[in-house]
Amino acid sequence: MSTATQDPTEVAEPAEPAWRRLSPRLIPVHLAWLVPPVVTTTGTLLGTGGRLNLQALITLSSFTVAFLTVAGINLTRLFTTGYRITDERLELRSGLLFRSHRAVPLDRIRSADVTARPLHRLLGLATVHVGAAVHGTSAGRALRLDGLTVAQAGALRQELLNRRGALLAEGPADAEPDAPIAQLSWRWLRYAPLTIWGVGGLFAALGIGYNTLHDMQIDPLKLGLVHQLVAAFSSVPLWVAVPALLLVLVVLGTVASVGQYVEGWFGYRLEREDGGVLRVRRGLWIHRSVSLDERRLRGIELAEPLLLRLGGGARLLAIATGLGNAEENRTRSVLLPPAPRAQALRVAAEILPDGQALPITAELTPHPRSARRRRINRAVGVVALTAGALALPGIWVSQFLPLACAVAVVLLPLALLLAVDAHRALGHALVGRYLVVRSGTFARRTVALERAAVIGWTVSQSPFQRRLGLLTLTAATAAGRGAYRVRDIAVADGLALAARAVPQLLDPFLEQG
Amino acid sequence: MPQSDGLLLRPPRHRVERRAIVWWVLRAALIPVPTALVLGVLDLLIPPARFVFGPLFLAVALPGLCYLIVMPLWRYRVHRWETTDQAVYTASGWLWQRRRVAPLSRIQTVDTVRGPLEQLFGLSGIKVTTASAAGALTIRGLDRGRAAELVEQLTSATQATPGDAT
Repeated sequence: MSTATQDPTEVAEPAEPAWRRLSPRLIPVHLAWLVPPVVTTTGTLLGTGGRLNLQALITLSSFTVAFLTVAGINLTRLFTTGYRITDERLELRSGLLFRSHRAVPLDRIRSADVTARPLHRLLGLATVHVGAAVHGTSAGRALRLDGLTVAQAGALRQELLNRRGALLAEGPADAEPDAPIAQLSWRWLRYAPLTIWGVGGLFAALGIGYNTLHDMQIDPLKLGLVHQLVAAFSSVPLWVAVPALLLVLVVLGTVASVGQYVEGWFGYRLEREDGGVLRVRRGLWIHRSVSLDERRLRGIELAEPLLLRLGGGARLLAIATGLGNAEENRTRSVLLPPAPRAQALRVAAEILPDGQALPITAELTPHPRSARRRRINRAVGVVALTAGALALPGIWVSQFLPLACAVAVVLLPLALLLAVDAHRALGHALVGRYLVVRSGTFARRTVALERAAVIGWTVSQSPFQRRLGLLTLTAATAAGRGAYRVRDIAVADGLALAARAVPQLLDPFLEQG
Repeated sequence: MPQSDGLLLRPPRHRVERRAIVWWVLRAALIPVPTALVLGVLDLLIPPARFVFGPLFLAVALPGLCYLIVMPLWRYRVHRWETTDQAVYTASGWLWQRRRVAPLSRIQTVDTVRGPLEQLFGLSGIKVTTASAAGALTIRGLDRGRAAELVEQLTSATQATPGDAT
């Protein structure tokens, strides 16, 4: 590993730049992996007074071994990883037993993201993720340089983006960018509780905590604190206890989601750098920086989940190629956190280049009434199933029958309301270069996708749709989530839309009925 | 496709091989038939448990039989394919039906897929992937020689177009 020229995979070329290494400051970061086992072992020893049962011993030792292994692997990677940029390629090598050497052509590099976790930041380190257009592999994950100094990371990012962008004039690394397109405003924090993730996260944390304790043969239900809570809960009447419990859940959920919002979006800035790169920077503990080449932008998506929509908020996502797999795409495509809808529209207007009318606010063609009937049928079906499931024990315990009736009476109007709302959400239009599609009631999405980015159509029909003369049209694209649907559109309208959006593709297969 | 005034999407030109019906029947029979057989044998061998195995046998055998008869014939009516010098066009499904079009210029790979049962019948399928995450276009139940020709033709058409097909 000491001299680059001995590497067998090396292509011998004169005057190649030297291999650059990861920072040795990374050693303490990896050694930090040893902290959790030490802490848990000491904690358990103290907590049990030094007497461990076999179960706890096995759990602790497997825990320790696992963390030791991770630390070992990471340290090996630190000492064996090297990278360099030649005239045409970014080269990466790593591994002790399984050597790997990868070379990515610079013109295939689509992004260079910089992340810094808390421990990294303490030591002035950062991780660079390089996104490359290599189809079918999770190249994004493999091309990762964990543990460069912040200066190195910034320089590498700039260098990669500069070299790749042929358009670029010499863009110095410390160039002062223009005023940001958007910046976090603390008033947006009021939208945080409207994302339900807080409550979900709460349940996840409770579940993990319970499981961990359970694995160590400690029954959480027998702890004193839990006992007292249960006693307090059962001593008050049910009509007090249930709302109280809900209130606690809502409060905790709110706190959790506000915390999550602050953690994820602290210091959020969206700016346009020279050379047409959109850059999102955010994060309190974990710094994230995502760069998005505007030439890879294929459209934009306005997401309005139900609660957020009721509160007048929205999120904005980029539809772009080369953001990685579905999971990476989900986290990296976000342009704007939950914020006022007007803000989202303003940002969208600044991002979509040409000065045309903003496609996502365009007047959309509604879908036929039969689409509404489908939604109402579905709503009634769900209510009937729920009530039916509740009524089933009524065969044995007669109290369940009135309960099922009550649930049906409460749920039915709500479900019908949602069904009508879902139908009202449906819409499509062609606005300039964009195909605009809207759907969804729980998660309403308005998508503006460049017509030129559509690389195929799927027309699908369920038996119900065939009877009602509807179809679902799916635009396949290489960008974003890969497929965008126009749901329950009338057959002739759907085909006309597809034919007009992408001329000539569908024409040979169409005929007048 | 339903009758409605205005535009219609005509079905693709070519049907798949008639042998594909037998292939679909066999493939669909892999689970229900052994299950029904086991239940039937148990029903015969253990008379006291007949009140359990009898209904269970019927519950598996009757829907299974309907499925085995209806699905392959229906599929044969739906499954079709066509290629032009511009695009690949496929139709598939039976209750839920899909028709897909992908332009040749956006095709990334063309593969042959052939399971053990298909080999038995001399059948072959082709799988056409594009840069979209929406999934590949597949045409199953082609004659082996026909599929090879088609792959050849599509591959050369794809190579003729420059770019990385995104």
